[in-house]
Amino acid sequence: MTGIADLPVWAAIIVCLLVLAGSLFSLIGAIGMVRLPEFYQRLHAPGLATSGAVILVCLGSGLCFALLEGRWIVHEVLIIIFTVLTTPITLMLLGKASLYRDRTEGNDVPAKTVPGPSIADAAANRLPELPTE
Amino acid sequence: MTALFLVWSIQFAQILLGAAMLLILYRIIKGPRAQDRILGLDVLYVNAMLMLITFGIRTGDSIYFEISLAVALLGFVSTIALAKFLMRGEVIE
Repeated sequence: MTGIADLPVWAAIIVCLLVLAGSLFSLIGAIGMVRLPEFYQRLHAPGLATSGAVILVCLGSGLCFALLEGRWIVHEVLIIIFTVLTTPITLMLLGKASLYRDRTEGNDVPAKTVPGPSIADAAANRLPELPTE
Repeated sequence: MTALFLVWSIQFAQILLGAAMLLILYRIIKGPRAQDRILGLDVLYVNAMLMLITFGIRTGDSIYFEISLAVALLGFVSTIALAKFLMRGEVIE
């Protein structure tokens, strides 16, 4: 155990609190993944893990290694920025794909209300059909 | 004594992360449709990344950061590819 044992006590306590809080966030997100009944509700649970848990654990790790090696480490900040930037894109794309599948199968999802290019139109690369009245 | 307590708390954090991964694995196995499984795979990637970072804190080895950065990149790309596959039926057009 060369890692956390060499830290001063105050820093070790802060690091452990950050890591414990982060993993608790991750566990709460996972419980939400299991217990929420519908897919569109389950889509919100990973936000807890990817924002709260990643930020807290990476901050704790950054503090630990900044004190151990005596210089600032940018790896953790890189991981935080990358995860926070990419998670909304991923979840939005997944939600759109799921909505498209549900609409093509005729499941009970809200219909489009605004005339505009739908996902199916965009997929087929054609112009949207205008409402004829 | 203090160091021992702190190592224990890091291990407890790892146990919490492992429990989270097991719950997500249940959702991946049971998940009624394909998008549930892809969502579970995405969260599993993030949890594995956090697990690697806690391993790095415990051992004091900075090689774990490179691995976790690679895992974050690969998780993002694979989830995007799977979501595109769900929407269009093919990944590369």
